[in-house]
Amino acid sequence: MTPPTTILPLALEEVSFEAGGKRLIKDMNCTFDGGMRTVIVGPNGAGKSLFLRLCHGLLEPTNGNVRWQGAGNSDPRRHQAMVFQRPVMLRRSVAANVDYALKLRGIQKAERVRLTDESLGRAGLGRLRNHPARVLSFGEQQKLALARAWALRPQVLFLDEPTASLDPAATHSVEEIIQAIHEQGTRIIMTTHDLGQAKRIADEVIFLHRGRMLERAPAEKFFTEPENDLAQAFVRGELLWWRLGKDNVTPQIPNE
Amino acid sequence: MDDFSTAIWAAISMVIELDPDLTEIVGLSLQVSMGAVLIAAIIGLPLGAAVALFRFPGRSGIIVLLNALMGLPPVVVGLIVYLLISRAGPFGVFGLLFTPAAMITAQVVLVTPIIAALTRQVIEDLWIEYEDQLRSLGAGPTTALPTLLWDGRFALITAVLAGFGRASAEVGAVMIVGGNIDHVTRVMTTAIALEVSKGDLSLALGLGLILLTLSTAVNGAVYLIKDMAERRHA
Repeated sequence: MTPPTTILPLALEEVSFEAGGKRLIKDMNCTFDGGMRTVIVGPNGAGKSLFLRLCHGLLEPTNGNVRWQGAGNSDPRRHQAMVFQRPVMLRRSVAANVDYALKLRGIQKAERVRLTDESLGRAGLGRLRNHPARVLSFGEQQKLALARAWALRPQVLFLDEPTASLDPAATHSVEEIIQAIHEQGTRIIMTTHDLGQAKRIADEVIFLHRGRMLERAPAEKFFTEPENDLAQAFVRGELLWWRLGKDNVTPQIPNE
Repeated sequence: MDDFSTAIWAAISMVIELDPDLTEIVGLSLQVSMGAVLIAAIIGLPLGAAVALFRFPGRSGIIVLLNALMGLPPVVVGLIVYLLISRAGPFGVFGLLFTPAAMITAQVVLVTPIIAALTRQVIEDLWIEYEDQLRSLGAGPTTALPTLLWDGRFALITAVLAGFGRASAEVGAVMIVGGNIDHVTRVMTTAIALEVSKGDLSLALGLGLILLTLSTAVNGAVYLIKDMAERRHA
């Protein structure tokens, strides 16, 4: 079994997700090709995190399919990684946290040491390698989560609001690491609340609202002239619930 | 409170003189309780973690059963183990009745559900926090089991200590299967029960004080080790 050159494109076909009798992701159809940085924006409860989890395979869609069309007969899970909003650190050293992830991929000891040192160095955590991971600051923990993902050399990296609870300095270094990972050829798919961050990172933007993809556009177009009127309001910084309350029903969101 | 001061004196003088009978009883007590807790931990920790991580039919029933078994009456366990290992019982050929091995067996039955039930709760809570991340890294429940046991080690120490508390304090089971035979199966709790029935309250109280002190010392030592390690890992 030879590893595929790329597991992309990723295709979602009529994907919906239900929980507790509510449809949270509705009839999603889209394809992700290689190379780009996609940023998913939208208000709370739009389904951004669910969308990432469905793509990454942490959740099974209720209907529809998530396909890695380039994966062939290899396991696409081995070529992806995900960084969460709240970093989950194991109760062991910084280096051991990275080593653990590599070990799960069945990588030999010598190679693990090399990859661990390399990714910690690039994330600026080299001097902390023997510190217990849980005593790091929140920002350092998130950098470690990125280093851990980076060491796996993923073809696709999912990030779920990776800087949501970080200060500007930590946000800046996390964004730098994301860019560096991207420059090595990793496909970035991330969610954010921060429009400034979306502008800094995105090649293309996806706008989600109430479980539907209302707009998908190149970043420049999205921020200057979004087509969807909810997306326009979102880019202007308006509160979408207020708009919805005023118009009560908008044509883009048919009631079920 | 005359009995009390006499008891304290009896206790102190027994400890100072290193009374050979006393050291034998204390030694056997620790050997039985710690042996039982060790075996119960080897069974109970993975068992509790497995119930926490795997979904299978009858799982809720097992959780209720484990929780209920935490309150097993020692005399009932003693009686059942007695029936199993007595000469006429199915395991009679091993000649275990009235030996320390029989006492350890009975205590393992008492302690395993305690460790397993508490472990299940600890690991289940931890899995909620870790599940997405571990699954993302490619670890299913089987791979996560040892990881979570290691990451929950500080909370699990408390589960094991609860088991030790049960083992060192119970008298009913070891009395029935051990028989409280001098120099063979006499431990602190059975000795105390005997001295009370003989009317030697001061000796019984003295033994009781030593038992309390030992139990506190074991818990204190474990606490210190746990605290140091925990502070290192935050």
